[in-house]
Amino acid sequence: MMAGSQWELPPELCCRPMAFVALTGLDVVYNAVHRAIWDAFCVNRRADRVPISFKVLPGDHEYPKCRTKRTSYEWYIPKGILKTGWMHKHLNLVPALVVLFYELDWDDPTWKEKQSECATKVEIVRTSLQGRNTKVAVVLIQKKTPLPPGEDLVASERAATLCNACDLSGKSLFVLPHTDHLVGYIIRLENAFYEHSQTYYYTEIRRVKSHKEFLNKTTHQLLFVRHQFKIAFFSELKQDTQNALKYYRTAYSLVHELRAHETNMLEIKTMAGFINYKICRLCFQHNTPLDAIAQFRKHIDLCKKKIGSAELAFEHSAWMSKQFQSFGELFDEAIKLGLTAIQTQNPGFYYQQAACYSQDRKQLAQQLCQASLPSPEPVDTQSGGLDFYGQRAWRQGHQSIDPPDAEKEKTGILAQQMKERDVPHSELIIALLSNAVAQFKKYKCPRMKSHLMVQMGEEYYHAKDYTKSLKLLDYVMCDYRTERWWALLSAILTTALRCAYLMASVKDYIIYCMELLGRASTLKEEQKLRIEKNLLKVLKNEVPEAEPECDPSSVTAARSLWNDRMALAGSNELTIEVQDYIPFIQCKARFHSPSFHVDQPVQLKVFLRADCPHPVSFNKLSVSLSNQEYNQWCVVESAGEESMSLVPGKTQCYNFSFVAKTEDVGKKIEMTGVEVMLGSDSGRCVFLSWRGAGGDVASTHEALQASRSSRRWGRGVQARQEPDWDSLTLQPSTMVISRVPKVSVQLSHQPPALNNEMYCINLTVQSQEEGVAKDVKLTAGLKPGQDATLGQTTHVTLDGSKVCDDSAPALLPDLPLGDLHPGQKLEISVHVKCVSTGPRVFLFHVAYSIDTSVEGRQIVCKCHKDETVTIETVVPFEVSAKFVSTKFEQLDRLAVDIPFLLMTDILSTSPWPLLLASSSLQLLTMTSNTPQLQSQLQEVVLQTDESASECFCLRVPPMNNNNNNTVATGQYLISWRRKSSGVDSPLIQTTVTLSHVILETVPLYIHADLPSFGRVRESLSVRYHIENRTSLVQEVEMAVEPSDAFMFSGLKQVRLRILPGSEQQMLYNYYPLMAGYQTLPQLNISLPRCLTANTHSLRRFLPQRIFVKPQGRQLDEASIAAA
Amino acid sequence: MAVCISVIAKENYPLYIRSVPTQNELKFHYTVHTSLDVVEEKISAVGKSLGDQRELYLGLLYPTEDYKVYGYVTNSKVKFVIVVDSSNTSLRDNEIRSMFRKLHNSFTDVMCNPFHTPGDTIQSKAFDGIVSGMMVQAG
Repeated sequence: MMAGSQWELPPELCCRPMAFVALTGLDVVYNAVHRAIWDAFCVNRRADRVPISFKVLPGDHEYPKCRTKRTSYEWYIPKGILKTGWMHKHLNLVPALVVLFYELDWDDPTWKEKQSECATKVEIVRTSLQGRNTKVAVVLIQKKTPLPPGEDLVASERAATLCNACDLSGKSLFVLPHTDHLVGYIIRLENAFYEHSQTYYYTEIRRVKSHKEFLNKTTHQLLFVRHQFKIAFFSELKQDTQNALKYYRTAYSLVHELRAHETNMLEIKTMAGFINYKICRLCFQHNTPLDAIAQFRKHIDLCKKKIGSAELAFEHSAWMSKQFQSFGELFDEAIKLGLTAIQTQNPGFYYQQAACYSQDRKQLAQQLCQASLPSPEPVDTQSGGLDFYGQRAWRQGHQSIDPPDAEKEKTGILAQQMKERDVPHSELIIALLSNAVAQFKKYKCPRMKSHLMVQMGEEYYHAKDYTKSLKLLDYVMCDYRTERWWALLSAILTTALRCAYLMASVKDYIIYCMELLGRASTLKEEQKLRIEKNLLKVLKNEVPEAEPECDPSSVTAARSLWNDRMALAGSNELTIEVQDYIPFIQCKARFHSPSFHVDQPVQLKVFLRADCPHPVSFNKLSVSLSNQEYNQWCVVESAGEESMSLVPGKTQCYNFSFVAKTEDVGKKIEMTGVEVMLGSDSGRCVFLSWRGAGGDVASTHEALQASRSSRRWGRGVQARQEPDWDSLTLQPSTMVISRVPKVSVQLSHQPPALNNEMYCINLTVQSQEEGVAKDVKLTAGLKPGQDATLGQTTHVTLDGSKVCDDSAPALLPDLPLGDLHPGQKLEISVHVKCVSTGPRVFLFHVAYSIDTSVEGRQIVCKCHKDETVTIETVVPFEVSAKFVSTKFEQLDRLAVDIPFLLMTDILSTSPWPLLLASSSLQLLTMTSNTPQLQSQLQEVVLQTDESASECFCLRVPPMNNNNNNTVATGQYLISWRRKSSGVDSPLIQTTVTLSHVILETVPLYIHADLPSFGRVRESLSVRYHIENRTSLVQEVEMAVEPSDAFMFSGLKQVRLRILPGSEQQMLYNYYPLMAGYQTLPQLNISLPRCLTANTHSLRRFLPQRIFVKPQGRQLDEASIAAA
Repeated sequence: MAVCISVIAKENYPLYIRSVPTQNELKFHYTVHTSLDVVEEKISAVGKSLGDQRELYLGLLYPTEDYKVYGYVTNSKVKFVIVVDSSNTSLRDNEIRSMFRKLHNSFTDVMCNPFHTPGDTIQSKAFDGIVSGMMVQAG
C-alpha cells in the first residue's frame, strides 16, 4: 500500500456485509466426508445462494468475550464514535449461528453415549458464547437415507430426547444424510441457517435500539451516531438494505449535529465519510444513482469547509480527494453492473476532482511541511493502533475541546507533517488523472481528456519524469494546435520547453523554441527575445540559459548534461520536419504557372518570412523536386561570410529557374520538400524541412481568412507592392508540356464522303519554323478511341489510283515526310474508303523535331500538331429494281420461257454530281431476250435527286425441275465516280443484289401477232399463236365474242387439239368500225382437260386493245356532195 | 455576474475570451475549451432529432466544483460560453439567458461591421463594453 493508506477506507467498510455462520465439529483436513460437506458450503457459491459467510472453527473455539452489560449510562462518557475493531468483529468474529456437526445415525447401537457426547459439545459452544445471543444448531451427519417424516418412530423419539439433552428447540436440529444429493441437502440446510441468522441480527438490532432510552443528548451525542451506525450495519448483515439505508441516513445527520472543534474534526469527517460511503453504495445498489449523487453533493457541501487544524490542512485535501475518488469508484462499479452514465455525469468528473484535491494537498504539504524535525521520539501515527476511527494517536479517546498536552500536540502535528513529506503526491495525482482520462475517453470528451493529459504531463514534470512529461505534452499539443487555441498551446509549449531544457534534448528544445517564437505563440516580446537568444546559442553549439521557474537543483544537473552534449562531437546536424508545427520561419513555394512549355525555363519562387523578434539569418535554401536532377538548380547558399537574412514581418522571395528535360515532356514536376538551413557547420546545422511546397498547420486557415477579406476588398489588397503573405497560395506542381508547334496543317476535302468511294483529303503542311523541322512524320487516319466497328469499316491509303481493299489499315502511323525547311510547304493526299455510313473523326498528326536553345542550352524539342476533322459518310444513290410483263404490268411471279422486263432505277442522294460510267447485269437463272445486253446508262451524269432508269428484256429458260420455286435473279453492277474527280481516279463498283422471284409454268402460251395500229374500215389481220407447253395433247376450245367496234372473219368457235410442244395458229381478220382505243373482240379459251388454267390466266398474254386510226380522207364525190 | 465570457468560432477556435483578471486566465481557457465537448455533443444530438428549430441556449453545460459553465450556440454554430462562480447562487436561468441574448446582439453588430472579416478574432470596443458590463467587477 502507498503511504496515502491512512486515507483508504477500511476493507470491512467497503465489503458487502453477510451473515456470519460458524461451523464446528468438521474435520476438513482428515475426514473426506467432512471435506465434501465443507466444499458443498463454500466452493462455487453462486449469486443465487443465500448471502452467508461460513467459517470452520474448532468445537472449543473461544469467541470474543462479551463485555458485561451496562445497566446505566449515567456516568458513562464515550471516548469516540466507532471502535476500529467493531465492524471486523461482527463480520468475522462473532457468529450469528454456530452449527455443530455430529456423526450420529438414529439406530446407532451406542445411542446413549453418543447423545451425551453431543450434548457436552453443545454445552462447550454455549459456554464460550456466554452472554451473546448467538444461536446454536446441531446437524447430525447420517449414513442412511432417512425415511419420510413420521414413518420412522425411532427417529422422532430419539430426536426429541436429543433436543432435550442438548436444550435445543426442534427447529435447531438437522439431519444431513451423506448420500448422493449432498448439495441439495446443503442448500436446504443453509437456507435454514440463514433464517436463524436473520433472527439473531434482528435481536441484535432490538438490543442496540433498547440502549436509546438510557442516553441523554448532552453527554452521549457520540453514542447516538454509534448506535444508529450499528443498527444500520446489523440491518445490512440481515440483508435489509432499505432499513440499513434509513439508519445510515439518520446516522449521517446525527454526525453533523456533533459539536465540531479542531480536536475531533478528523473523527467527525472520517465517520461522515464512512457513512456517506455506505449511503452512496446502497443507493447505487438500489439503482437510484441520482440519490447517490445528491447525497454525495450534500456530503461535500457540508464537509468542504471543515478544514480542521490549519497546520494539517493537507489532511483535509487528502480526505476530500479520497471522498471524490471513492465515489468515483462506486459510480464506476455501478456502471460495470449496468448503470448508464452520460457525458456530463460520469465517474471521470469525480476522479478529476479527486486529482484536483490531491494537487491542493501537494501544494499545502509543500507550504506546511517545511520544518525539518529533529525527531527524538517518532510518534506512532499509524491508524492501525487506534481504538476509534479518525482519532489522533497521541490523544486517543480524548473528547474535550482543547488538546490535553500542548507539547505532545505539537510533536504530533510535526510528525504528521513529516509523514506527509514522504507521500508521493505526484504519483497519486497522476493515478487519479489517468483514471479520469480513461473515463472521459469513454464518454466522448476529447478536450477534457486532452486537458487532463496536460495536467498529467505537468505533474510528471513536477515529479521530474521529463521523458513521460514530454511524451504526454507532445501527444496533446497537436490537438490544441489544430483547434487553434494559441494561449493553451503556448502554455503547454512553455512546459515542454522546460522539460526539453532539463533533459538537454537538443532537437526537442529547438522545436519548442521555434514554435514559441512563431506567430501562434502568445508569449510576451521579452520572453521571445530570451528564447531567440537561447536558440541562437544552441545553433552555435553553446549552452542555453536556463528556463525560468525551473527547480535550481535540476538546472545544475541540466547544465552539466548540456555541457556533455556540446562536447560530443558529431551529430550536430539535425533535420526537423516543421510542417506539423507552426515554426517561426514560414515557407511557401510555388511554380509560376501550372504548366511550362519545354522550350521555356521552369520558374519557381520560394517565399520565406520570419516571425521572431530579431532578423534571423540562414545559410542555405534548397528545394527538392520529384525529378532529383533539377535539384541542383534550386539551391541557394550563402556566399562566404555573408549569410542570408530574413527581416521579421517582411516576405523574402527567392527565384529559381531551370530548363526541363525533353524526356519530361508530359510529366509532372512536383516539389517534394523545401529545406532551410539554420546555423553553420562550425556550430550546429539545423535543417527546417517542409514537405511539398511548405505551409504549416495554421496556414490553410490563414489563407481562407485572407481570401474572405480580399473578396470583400477586391483588388485593393492585390494592388499593394508586397504580396500579402496570407493570400499567397501554394503551387506545388507543374506540368512540362511540349513546345508549341510552328507549322500549319490545313485540310481540304469535299464532305460528305460517299459510301465506298475513295474519299480524297488533301493535307497541306507548311512550316513557319525558323529552323529546319526534321523527321517530319504524319499519322493520318481514323482517330483512335472511337467505336471499334469503325476501325473495320474504314480504310486509309495514300494511293488514290485504285480502290483499296479491306487490308488497308484504318490509321496510317508515322509516315516519314522528310525534313521541312522554313517556309516550305508539303501537300499530301490521303484517300479514305468508308464502307459504312455515319460520322467518323479523322486525325492528322504531324510530328517533327527541331533544335532550339533555351537560356543558352541547346535542346532538341519534339513538336507535334494535331488536326482532327469529322466526316460524315452517306449513301451515293439508291437502287430499286422491279419485274414487269411485256405489257408493263407488275409481275408477282414469272412465267417460265415467256419474256418479261426488268426495270432498274438509280436515285442519286449524293450532294455532288455523280458520273455513272456503266452498268451491267449478272444473271443467274434467266437469260437475256435480246442478243446483246447493253447498258443504257453509260456516261450519264446524275445531279442530286435525279434518277436514271434502265430496262432489260429477259426470259426464264424452261426448266425441268418442279415448278413454283423461288430462284435468285442475279446482281446489278454499277460503276461510278464523282463527276468532279479526275479522269484517272478509279471507278467504284457498286453491286446490287436483285430480289428473288417466284417462277411458274403455264400449260398454254398464247400470243398474238398484231399490227401496231388499225384504221377504220380497213381490215387488219391478227394471228394468234397457241403453244402447248405441256407434254400432253391439249384440247382447246376457242370462241371469239362479238364486239361493237369490230366486224371480223375467221372461226367464231372452234375446238382443236394441239400436240405436245407444237403450236397452232389461228388467223382472224378484224374490221374496225370505230376510231380510237378499242377493245379487241375477246377470245375465250378454255382447256377442258387442264382445269388449272382458266381463260383469264391465259388471256393475260394477249393484247387487249388496239388503237384504231380514223379513216383517211379521200376527196371523193360523195363526200363533197354531202358537204 | 460572469467570471469569464468567450466567443468560439464554428471551427472551435476562440474568437474572444475575457476573464476576470484576478484569477488564472489559463484555467478559464481550459474550462471553456473543455466545455466544447458538451456543446458539440448537444449540437449533434439536436441534429439527429426532427425539426430544425433548435433553442440557441444550451443551458448549464457542466458543473465543476468552483464554476458553472453555460453555453449558447448561434445558428451559424458560433458558440458563446459564460462561466459563473458556483458560489454565485443569485443568478437565475433567466438572467443567464438575457446575458447571452445581449452578447448575441452585440456579436451580430460586430459581424455587421464591413471592416470585420468573419473568422477573425473580435476586436471591438463596443463588444468589449458589453462584455465588461456582464463581468464581475474586479476589486
